Amino acid sequence: MNHDIVNDRRRFLKATMSGLVISALPISLVRLSYAAQGGSDFTFAYISDAHIQHVKGTKFVRNWDRGLIRAVAEANLLEPKPDFVFFGGDLAQLGTKAELDHGAEILSGLKHKMHAILGEHDYYLDLGEYWSKLYGDHYRSWDHKGVHFIALNSIKTYDKWTFDRWESPERRMHEMAGLDNPNSSPFMVGEKQMKWLQKDLSKVSKNTPIIIFSHSPLQKIYKGWNFWTEEADEIQQMLKPFDQVNVIYGHVHQIQYNQIGNIAFNSVMATAWPWPYPETYAQAESHLPILTVPMNRADPFNERDATGWQFMNVHSGRVDLEFSLHNNTNRKVAFNEAAGHPQDMSYVDPANRNPAQRHY
Amino acid sequence: MKRITIFMVFICLAGPSFADEFTQADADRWMAEFNLVAEEGRRLWSSPEIGTNGVACGQCHPNAANTHPETYPKFQKQLGRVIQLWEMFNWCLRNPLEGKEMAADDPRMIALQAYALKERRGVKLDPGKH
Repeated sequence: MNHDIVNDRRRFLKATMSGLVISALPISLVRLSYAAQGGSDFTFAYISDAHIQHVKGTKFVRNWDRGLIRAVAEANLLEPKPDFVFFGGDLAQLGTKAELDHGAEILSGLKHKMHAILGEHDYYLDLGEYWSKLYGDHYRSWDHKGVHFIALNSIKTYDKWTFDRWESPERRMHEMAGLDNPNSSPFMVGEKQMKWLQKDLSKVSKNTPIIIFSHSPLQKIYKGWNFWTEEADEIQQMLKPFDQVNVIYGHVHQIQYNQIGNIAFNSVMATAWPWPYPETYAQAESHLPILTVPMNRADPFNERDATGWQFMNVHSGRVDLEFSLHNNTNRKVAFNEAAGHPQDMSYVDPANRNPAQRHY
Repeated sequence: MKRITIFMVFICLAGPSFADEFTQADADRWMAEFNLVAEEGRRLWSSPEIGTNGVACGQCHPNAANTHPETYPKFQKQLGRVIQLWEMFNWCLRNPLEGKEMAADDPRMIALQAYALKERRGVKLDPGKH
């Protein structure tokens, strides 16, 4: 299908990044794969998990800064232009004003309209108060070219943990920031937002495609690292009556995809650093979706390895993801209409897999 | 006869100090000693104190996952030779943590390794594996 065209775009991006700047940007580098059924096809870009980390004074962790700066620069080169860029949460590492401001300044280099959701690293210092000044409501919905979009705050947790357990907001933030911290608490959408979601969905016709952005997976993969949302099962039930639902989530810093009924799940990469797949932790059971062909194991000697951002093609109510990976072969996970689930375009055949995709 | 008696007395006295004799209390103590060091390793793993930029080992390696201690010593192409786990830890200390290397017998380095090995317990040794 549009493989060659996609490769042209990659070559263009790589050539441009290496300084061979082409004066006239080629148009139509991305061909939309399917005819639209109501509404119109469109594209957007997705950047997530920047984890901007303050050292002191004007110094920030250089490595994480570079990942976000590079994603912004590359997203600006997209042609045709995406309708918007979405930021999938964890702009900051410890939720401070310094980190959020520094991250927002880098993101302000985007030439496109931007939306964002909270990650736990943005939230647990002041419960998202400063973040709201930058990016608005914690959860909301809107319609765009025939698709109903829902952005959730899925990284809340039990009130007792949030309000009663810790002596200071800083301590609370530190406890939630450690991915493997046993003092942490499971992610939740919470009762109030669940009611809002139910009400919001009640106004949407069953054949309207839905795209949901959440920071945590709205499926249960591994509780120990919060690859998890407490109300995942209830949310999936709420979404069941709709013909086409797509959930895009961050937090996991790795490629995952799954299909549950009509719901297609896709994770996105981090710009900061990659995370191990949960099954590489030998002491606990986890449930990576069996559909998922893993990303390469990270080469720690290259600081941009196994990091990147995404370009998304929305067509016929489904989403194809093109992973723009800074130090790895780019990947594409597209919705296979015949099979009815997302599918990797290069590595679906086990014989065709890359040795670095074997995790142990 | 006297000699035999003396020998018997010697055996009775020396018995408990044979090298291959130890009690459950000894084994418990030794495991507790190991666990204390592994716990200190876990604390250091999650703490910014061994680097200079606030980054901690656990930020990229939750539960020390993807450190593969069972595959060392192994060839690290980026260093061009076969190295031990502690040398790789020093690479991480220098680079993502922007900190200082530790000697192989630094108690903190031993603690970090004790923690990583403990999280990987039960996995078969597989030196050299990539």
